[in-house]
Amino acid sequence: MLHTPIGFADAAAGDVQLSWNLIADAQQLFAYHFMQNAFLAGTLIALLAGAVGYFMVLRGQSFAGHMLANVGFAGAVGAKLIGWSPVVGLLVFCLGAALGIGVLGERNGRMQWGQGVAIGTVQTFALGLGILFVQLSSSYAAGIYTLLFGAVLGISDRDVSIIAGTTVVTLAVLVTIARPLLFASIDPDVAEARGVPVRLLDNAFLVLLAFATAQAVQVVGVLLIFALLVTPAAIAQQVTARPTAAVALSILLALLFTWVGLAIAYFTPYPVGFFITSLAFGTYGLVRLFQLLPKTRARPQGELL
Amino acid sequence: MRTLVTQQFTPNLLEDVSEMLSFDFMRYAFLAGTVLAILAGLVGYFIVLRNLVFATEALSHMTFTGALGAAIVGTEPMLGLYGATTLVALGMGALGPRVRARDVEVGTVLAWILGMGVLFLSLYTSKSGTSNSSIGVTYLFGSIFGLEIKQAQQVAVVGVLAIVVLLAVARPLLFASIDPDVAAARGVPVRTLSAVFLVLVAISVAEAVPAVGALLSSALLITPAAIAQRLVARPFVALLLSALLALAFTWVGLTIGFYAPYPVSFIISALAFVTYVLVVIWQRLRI
Repeated sequence: MLHTPIGFADAAAGDVQLSWNLIADAQQLFAYHFMQNAFLAGTLIALLAGAVGYFMVLRGQSFAGHMLANVGFAGAVGAKLIGWSPVVGLLVFCLGAALGIGVLGERNGRMQWGQGVAIGTVQTFALGLGILFVQLSSSYAAGIYTLLFGAVLGISDRDVSIIAGTTVVTLAVLVTIARPLLFASIDPDVAEARGVPVRLLDNAFLVLLAFATAQAVQVVGVLLIFALLVTPAAIAQQVTARPTAAVALSILLALLFTWVGLAIAYFTPYPVGFFITSLAFGTYGLVRLFQLLPKTRARPQGELL
Repeated sequence: MRTLVTQQFTPNLLEDVSEMLSFDFMRYAFLAGTVLAILAGLVGYFIVLRNLVFATEALSHMTFTGALGAAIVGTEPMLGLYGATTLVALGMGALGPRVRARDVEVGTVLAWILGMGVLFLSLYTSKSGTSNSSIGVTYLFGSIFGLEIKQAQQVAVVGVLAIVVLLAVARPLLFASIDPDVAAARGVPVRTLSAVFLVLVAISVAEAVPAVGALLSSALLITPAAIAQRLVARPFVALLLSALLALAFTWVGLTIGFYAPYPVSFIISALAFVTYVLVVIWQRLRI
């Protein structure tokens, strides 16, 4: 997973030409095995990110995704330092941080504004640890960009199966607890009164979030995690209030950003992270702009003629 | 980062200090570090007070993009940094308090800007040969031992000016931060102060970045202030404590960084973090 090139330029150097024949382009796109893997992994990850992200935004926990990613960064580099797979370190630290939030946080894992400083301090320290580990393992300096900004090169078949397995399990759990989780997220007090195990769900969700974050980092990296984990969900929630529709839209957008981002990055020598974040931001901006326009719906039916 | 011949730390502190200061790069590092630490501590106090923590962190991440953009175009990175951060800070201020509270929006914009940063990094790397990809690390994690004399002097001069301005407006700024409505009624120019303060924030961020990096700047800008405000209630005492803490973290960080092969920015952020945690625990135990 962790190779040096920031863009695809090195790997796909040579005759990668975008033509008007989209079928031919698509064939070129999937000609290489690494791109097939990249798309597979990207699809699975986007699915998970979109679904988990919806709940994350709903619960006001977008800070958590960011923090988990940062702490995961330290774990990934630390793992590499002691000879383990960075992905393992990433996941372990993400889980640890998630449980930490669960234990130390207020009910719902929602932090008050004042605790933002505490979160920020932990985040910063985690990044600092990361750079320490990088310095200590002098051979790893170049791989740091992959962790920070993502890259989907060099995803092996084994990686894909692991990602597939993780995604399936996490999604399965999410689907199982979706209804009570929704209830607990929207109205925790009433839910608790009705016998919903709110605290358990809070912690369970944090664990799911840890998995989703560890996955998403592999595509867009630690610093750009928002674009995949938060923005699609945020856009969806701007467009519709209905949960099922919003989750579906969130997943769809995450998939769209990932696919288009990967495709464009393949045909240009620029990094994937740039395209995904630009697509996410652009879409969000358009949606907000559209909402600011006077709504035609507000006018009574008769005036439409 | 420079590779150092490992020096020996002796119990005689005076000897150690004179040994450190016998090196050029250490003198520059201490000069720049001292000024920017004091500035960061002072400005940071108001950042925490005025609830600008997240915005400041976002701003400092953005300097990564700004610095690389300037590097590509070929202009002096620091000028680009000062200019860009000032514009962005004022822009954030203009958008008003609504935006500050919505971390979803700020996060999206931040991710986009960092995404542009990685684009600039890849452009810069391909333009000037792959050996230069370490420039990204320099801006992300700082390189205080890599400062040249001109940079150090620049940081010092601009920093001192900023400190003077801050101290001059400290009293009215405090009033305006705690109770803007009453302050405005009493004739305090709240809006102007707000703009001036944002410029000061921009300058502090721009100064902190080459030293401790875009990602770790909050170790100097936020954490010392947060610690001070937890320990002390009286504003001007907290302000002073904030600056002193930032200074202490920096000096210790530079010293340890000189004698041991650890990145200075890590040491500073670790010191800040550990101190913060200790204070929090101590306070929890007392209650």
